[in-house]
Amino acid sequence: MDIALLLLLCLSTLFALLTGRAAEAGSAVLDGARAAVSFALELCGALCLWSAAMELLERGGWSARLASALRPLLRRLFPVSTGHGEILEALSENLSANLLGLGNAATPAGIRAARGMARLGGEGRDELCTLVVLNTASLQLLPTTIASVRASFGASSPFDILPAVWISSLLSVCAGLGAARLLRALCR
Amino acid sequence: MKALLDLFPALLLCILCLCARGRGVELYAALTAGAKKGLRLTAELLPALTVLFALIWLLRASGLPELLGRLLAPLLSRLGVPEDTVLLMLLRPLSGSGALAAASEIIGRSGADSLAGRTAAVMLGSSETTLYVTAVYFSAAGVKNTRWTIPAALCADLVCFLSSAWICRLLWG
Repeated sequence: MDIALLLLLCLSTLFALLTGRAAEAGSAVLDGARAAVSFALELCGALCLWSAAMELLERGGWSARLASALRPLLRRLFPVSTGHGEILEALSENLSANLLGLGNAATPAGIRAARGMARLGGEGRDELCTLVVLNTASLQLLPTTIASVRASFGASSPFDILPAVWISSLLSVCAGLGAARLLRALCR
Repeated sequence: MKALLDLFPALLLCILCLCARGRGVELYAALTAGAKKGLRLTAELLPALTVLFALIWLLRASGLPELLGRLLAPLLSRLGVPEDTVLLMLLRPLSGSGALAAASEIIGRSGADSLAGRTAAVMLGSSETTLYVTAVYFSAAGVKNTRWTIPAALCADLVCFLSSAWICRLLWG
């Protein structure tokens, strides 16, 4: 992360100097920092509203209901680890929190599942890779942050991108799982 | 369908409140507690956004992404991906706040309802910070060898970017 930051910073400063855009680039740095604050203020209201909505989901215990509905799917994706009760529970909690966009609940559950899989060794470690691939794809059904960003820039209907986000997420999850399966077979 | 999507925020709140009430949740208390978390989230986001917005603005003013976009233009236009989104696609797997800053810059400059703005939004909404997530999970599990995880996850990101661009072109192009 630090190396990427340093690289981008130095490269763009040098490039601006070489192409004679020193004045624009110099003021752009400060403009950017100022824009960040007004952007965060613009975003804050919508973000708070969606956090409030998510709180309803959390307090209503919907995550647990969804988790039990997801178990058959998880048994197919993780045939070995789901044989162990506590891993299955952590996995379903992770997936349902991801779907509902409850990031704060998803990561601890996912880590519990990952630790359990690491302990299993062998096939369990293969399934650990699948779990991480699943978590690096976005499963969130309601992308509230990006909808808030769109709203703050005056979108006529901030959520009208939903169908596109769903299709694209689904395709990318399938591609990730497919690639993982293929590479796993190749690695053997 | 369009009216439903337009009314979506209000409808969603109605449904969530009805369901939560049915399960005995105190609505007002839950909503205000959740909003407080949103406030904290914004405060946590702000330092990263300040640094990264400064960087993204500088990058954009230096003309470097433009050059990159022009170099990649033949490939991008054949793939149907807007040139503006190059920086976003490069940052997405590395940094969540960086990608949010890059997407916001595109949405602000091209307009929230423009094709590039929508494509940026869909790309951001349907992907995750791949390398960060991988690092968190593997280090927490105490496993060093990530084996095929990163190639497979990056393959998912690539499919996400391409399909986002195509779907947006199909729907709003």
